[in-house]
Amino acid sequence: MDVILEEKISQRKQVFREGIRDGFPIGLGYFAVSFSLGIAAHHAGLTAFQGFLASLLTNASAGEYAVFMLIAADAAYIEIAIVTLITNARYLLMSCALSQRFSSDTPFYHRLLVGFDITDEIFGITFSRSGKLNPFYSYGAMLASMPFWATGTALGIVAGNILPVRVVSALSVALYGMFLAVIIPPARKNRVIAGLVGVSFAVSFAVTHLPGIKEISSGNRTILLTLVLSAAAAIFFPVKGQEEESEHDA
Amino acid sequence: MTHNIYLYIAIMAWVSFLIRVLPLTLIQRQIKNRFLQSFLYYVPYVTLAVMTFPAILEATQSPLAGAFALIVGVAAAWFGATLFQVSVACCMVVLIAEFFLCR
Repeated sequence: MDVILEEKISQRKQVFREGIRDGFPIGLGYFAVSFSLGIAAHHAGLTAFQGFLASLLTNASAGEYAVFMLIAADAAYIEIAIVTLITNARYLLMSCALSQRFSSDTPFYHRLLVGFDITDEIFGITFSRSGKLNPFYSYGAMLASMPFWATGTALGIVAGNILPVRVVSALSVALYGMFLAVIIPPARKNRVIAGLVGVSFAVSFAVTHLPGIKEISSGNRTILLTLVLSAAAAIFFPVKGQEEESEHDA
Repeated sequence: MTHNIYLYIAIMAWVSFLIRVLPLTLIQRQIKNRFLQSFLYYVPYVTLAVMTFPAILEATQSPLAGAFALIVGVAAAWFGATLFQVSVACCMVVLIAEFFLCR
């Protein structure tokens, strides 16, 4: 009995360390990107503490960015909820995918905690492991990466207005670089995604100049375009099989 | 009407949390509906693409620098650069481009 328990604990420690090892480089990447997120948060009028809190609790790049834009525009609360739902909808899919990888006797609290930090990167490294998921791997990765995301955001808010305009201008594209790093590699492998990204760029550009539509707030434009274009893609190019996972690395 | 930023944050955090946790705790089987499956599959790409362009052109001092960053970012990601590398490459491009474009 004791031997089995000891073995289990030492295995957990081992897996936890592996999580830290894999999560650390992700944390460094987070730091740079969240700094630029902080600059956006600063424009929206958030204090460093509010930015820290927002990032620590939300852990979403695109979602947070979109919400900060809305906050800057003094949007309604319901808009925040809808935009968060839309921009983070991919996590719903990742969560579905992860649910298939838990052993069925995994306690509820493990599911809650692992779910809390499903991000593109953490999902990527978690999903690419073989066999059933060990929550302690996720905990290690979370511990090594989440603090960077939150402190980077806070620092971006504080230092964003100390830094020279030139540097801020350069850093503000870091976030878009990250978005590109998420969407382009799958586009290379899948022609439908490549076409969809191209069409999205074109339509997005067009509607910002189209009378009637350009008056809609950018958050609502994002929702509208996402719903229409994704639905069109789903109708014309339904996904085959169970799931074609987008990307395991990232 | 002014809004409370903490309430904004709370809504964002809660919705994000529910999105991530509900499937993991409730759904034990694969989603069968093909349309829904496909729709969810395409959503992230459209959302991120729409948010990137043309916004990247407005993020920088000079729109041209943003355009360069977009091209370099797409190329870097296409040829397998990591997330971190793509981000840094975009920043460097803007820094260099604006050194010449903006005085």
